[in-house]
Amino acid sequence: MKEMEFRTASAARGGLLFMKGVPGVALGDRAAVRDHRGRLRNGLVIRSSNDLVLVEVFEGTDGLDLERTWVRFLEEPFELPLSRELLGRVFNGVGRPLDGRPPLLSPLKRPVNGAPVNPAARAYPREFIQTGISAIDGMNSLVRGQKLPVFSGSGLPHNRLAAQIVRQARLPGEEGRFAVVFAAMGVSHSDARFFQEDFESSGVLGQVVMFVNLADDPPIERLILPRTALTAAEYLAYDLDLHVLVVMTDMTNYAEALREVATAKGDVPSRKGYPGYLYSDLAEVYERAGRIRERRGSVTMIPVVSMPSDDITHPIPDLTGYITEGQVVLARDLNARHVYPPVAVLPSLSRLMKDGIGRNYTRDDHPRVASQLFASYARALEVRNLAAIIGAEELTEGDRRYLAFADAFENRFVSQGETEDRTIFETLSIAWEVLSLLPAEELIRVSEEEIAGHHRFQPLSGEVHAA
Amino acid sequence: MGEILEINGPILTVRLPQVVIGEQVRVGSLALVGEVIGREDDRATVQVYEATEGLRPGEQAEALGHPLSVELGPGLLGGIFDGVQRPLDAIQKASGDRMARGLALPALDRARKWRFEPAPDLHIGARVHGGMALGSVQETASITHKILVPPNLRGKLVDLAPAGEYTVEQAIARIQDRHGPVAKLALFHRWPVRTPRPFRRRDPADEPLITGQRVLDTFFPLVKGGKAAVPGPFGAGKTVIQHQIARWCDARIVIYVGCGERGNELVDVLESMPKLTDPHTGRPLMERTLIVANTSNMPVVAREASVYVGITIAEYFRDQGLDVVIVADSTSRWAEALREVAGRLRQMPVEEGYPAYLASHLASFYERAGRVETLSGDTGSVTLIGSVSPPGGDFSEPVTSHTKEIIQTFWALSKQLADARHYPAVDWTESFSGYVAASARWWETNVDKSWAARRAEALALLSQAEELARIVNLVGMEALSAAQRWTLEGASLIREGVLQQSALDEVDSYCSPGKQFLLLDLALFIYHEGMTLLDSGVPVQQLLGLPLLSKARRYKSRYRSEEMEALKACRDEIRGTFDRIRTEYTKPVERAR
Ligand SMILES: Nc1ncnc2c1ncn2[C@@H]1O[C@H](COP(=O)(O)OP(=O)(O)OP(=O)(O)O)[C@@H](O)[C@H]1O
Ligand SMILES: [Mg+2]
Repeated sequence: MKEMEFRTASAARGGLLFMKGVPGVALGDRAAVRDHRGRLRNGLVIRSSNDLVLVEVFEGTDGLDLERTWVRFLEEPFELPLSRELLGRVFNGVGRPLDGRPPLLSPLKRPVNGAPVNPAARAYPREFIQTGISAIDGMNSLVRGQKLPVFSGSGLPHNRLAAQIVRQARLPGEEGRFAVVFAAMGVSHSDARFFQEDFESSGVLGQVVMFVNLADDPPIERLILPRTALTAAEYLAYDLDLHVLVVMTDMTNYAEALREVATAKGDVPSRKGYPGYLYSDLAEVYERAGRIRERRGSVTMIPVVSMPSDDITHPIPDLTGYITEGQVVLARDLNARHVYPPVAVLPSLSRLMKDGIGRNYTRDDHPRVASQLFASYARALEVRNLAAIIGAEELTEGDRRYLAFADAFENRFVSQGETEDRTIFETLSIAWEVLSLLPAEELIRVSEEEIAGHHRFQPLSGEVHAA
Repeated sequence: MGEILEINGPILTVRLPQVVIGEQVRVGSLALVGEVIGREDDRATVQVYEATEGLRPGEQAEALGHPLSVELGPGLLGGIFDGVQRPLDAIQKASGDRMARGLALPALDRARKWRFEPAPDLHIGARVHGGMALGSVQETASITHKILVPPNLRGKLVDLAPAGEYTVEQAIARIQDRHGPVAKLALFHRWPVRTPRPFRRRDPADEPLITGQRVLDTFFPLVKGGKAAVPGPFGAGKTVIQHQIARWCDARIVIYVGCGERGNELVDVLESMPKLTDPHTGRPLMERTLIVANTSNMPVVAREASVYVGITIAEYFRDQGLDVVIVADSTSRWAEALREVAGRLRQMPVEEGYPAYLASHLASFYERAGRVETLSGDTGSVTLIGSVSPPGGDFSEPVTSHTKEIIQTFWALSKQLADARHYPAVDWTESFSGYVAASARWWETNVDKSWAARRAEALALLSQAEELARIVNLVGMEALSAAQRWTLEGASLIREGVLQQSALDEVDSYCSPGKQFLLLDLALFIYHEGMTLLDSGVPVQQLLGLPLLSKARRYKSRYRSEEMEALKACRDEIRGTFDRIRTEYTKPVERAR
């Protein structure tokens, strides 16, 4: 059967090839599709009966002449060859080299779909990763094995932020054995080059594997690319004991490719034309982050999700947020005010922070300082809104302090240089510095001892204080 | 024996005459198991509990003759099972870190022996019926597991094993049915998950389930045997609330169904529960807990089954006369699993792709909660708490709106509150409880007669403050009178000192009913005392500057539930503070100055 070529395509649309009368084809098997010019395309069987086999073609179905399309069913699932030689290489979504070097050969191959990890085999992620970025380390800390997406919008510096995280991320006090897996789906040439150059200039290129599908590459390939990339990541983490950081950009392009194929298949749409299984499909990708008991390595994931029309309730960021362990949200207004990184801390969240910070991990007061910053900044934004309506002059003195706090928080704490790498202790001391703009009685989320130790109340300039 | 005709994701078409809907089917060389969900002529539609990759048309299909059932007996507690009750620990031993397919492992350990004590009052020849206890096994230090006659059986006791060590499969009794053959009973029996277990009758549910969470117990109470939903957008705190309930509630058994959610959240339960002690029994919490896990990356058909597996196990413990709590996180993922299957069957979608039977499926699932008189005359209950994950946080979507019609307690989580880190982010205007009157009786007998009045007062204060905040947002604080400004402060004190409760605060994570009431009472006391001072002319600024106000916000994490006397003494301190101001203001000399 492997040798047989079938020329029974009855239809081709939206990346799907409909094959008639090929009996006994296994679901999930690879197919080799040869077009009239003799060029090979990669296919995957996504539905099978003796009358009709549906093949998803990663290079797309454009230009396929049905009478002159030959298909072989290869009797094997999609697999990626795995070896240490992955590091430093560049591949496309199906694992074909893009760097002009020969294909990777290895006796070890694994199916890219990867069976789900048994929940009982997981270890809870607890190790704090210092990214050197205050808005993340201080208030939305990343831990090893977490999946923490960046929610962004067009024109916002998500790529610069992702690159900064890759450059700076480390476990305090540990020279880590690490690797980076970079999965690009539908990114522009210049964005791809930006990452490549950034990895190069920071000297990590030898520890990076790139899987790249550019904006003008076939969209269907984006469906398999993250799976291929994660198969590589899991190998590096669990076979080679490396701590792997996976950057995936942009998941919105992935989801759009999924919608395209779903539409071609005639699947019942749920919201905005996306199929009902978008949640489960994204989860198959995102849940591959994590830690496994008795394995030394880890897979930490930073997917970039651009929010169509900056709408966080759009199905792609929405379902992502329902699966990942928090999110870092970038905001256009902060960016417009030249706050880099423009992290909107209130809608941002790290769910795994609670077990990775505090005594024995970062510093004793860290959880309470973070909680206080959230509460005070939330209050400060209310005051800022009020000031916009009634004018700052009309505010009470207490409220004016909150305005000053909001400004200091954004400009001093959140804002930092693109190469500025703050230790967690620097981050915490800036936190206390901005909290010192508020009177101690207002800070009920930190302890009285912590206030005594760190809080140095600064009256507003121009404020007269009775002796 | 039949054959596979088509594979479409988890849905197969097979040629298999004479199967019935619901029947289990085994397919292919991998021996994957699934369930018949439709029939037409000699063809059946089968949904498969595991990934179907590698299956081919022409492979064989075999009907197994029984519906999806669970094993009920000793050895369930402390365990973690997948959506069709396969033991995940044993699977890990057999197949490593990743889920292998086609593993048919029994839920209950076949080798383990349990000490069985026959019921002392049963004698040979006695008439027994379904639900009666033949004896018991001390499963954990806090749980005596009653060995029940399966619900549908009755007859004469022919044989009852003496006290001793038995595996779950060994016969411990024989029963002679009037007409039928002699039935051999073991420590466990099977029950089909989609059939509710019978009971004698429903009893009114009127005892509150104490969760130790103030905003739940004091403001929107749930009762043992009640039904509750926790809807909220992502990150609002649904899972944390359910974890908190699983940890601290005063039920005897807790069943945690992780339905289409994160693997790490289950690990969190698995790792934290053994280290925590039950405030009611002093035993490790894991001894009363059981997990059913179908994480979001596990097969979607088993996700649909997982909630039924969970509720059937819950009913089984209820039938032993126990109070059982089942939390399902998230029911939306279950509904989406239904939708996915319906979509593949090309059933007509009615709203947002959901099939027409969504509402009735939800209703009959929640209907399995309740407080009942069991077949043996005991009282047991199943309390059901489902989280709902509405797309975009929009509560008007089908799953949230149908669920809202069914449940009595609605804990609506708000993104605004969560973003401001007001946890638990239970929105006090959107939430409701139909059990307030029933709970009031308990609180008034066991805690304080003025519970209902205090609760109502606090809610009124909160809504008054909301009105005022609207005014402030239009024209500023200056527009408010002194009394109105004090009202804002009073509401803020309720919010920060009573409603907010951090799950991570070691002292405040669990709050006893007595402490709940006292914190509320003290906050309202401060509010009232302040009001009377304003009436006698004290400027509101002076009151707002009182250090007492920030101190009162810290009471909750300063005093443990066991330190009630110290907390009560705060009342004197409050009174002292206000009395001092009062005397200052009534001394004529002082006033003249
Ligand atoms: N009572 C609480 N105390 C302290 N922190 C809380 C509390 N409730 C929620 N949180 C914080 O909010 C985060 C998100 O909560 P949770 O995971 O329960 O959200 P969720 O509603 O279940 O979201 P999803 O739908 O995505 O699963 C937690 O990780 C924790 O940081
Ligand atoms: Mg959750």
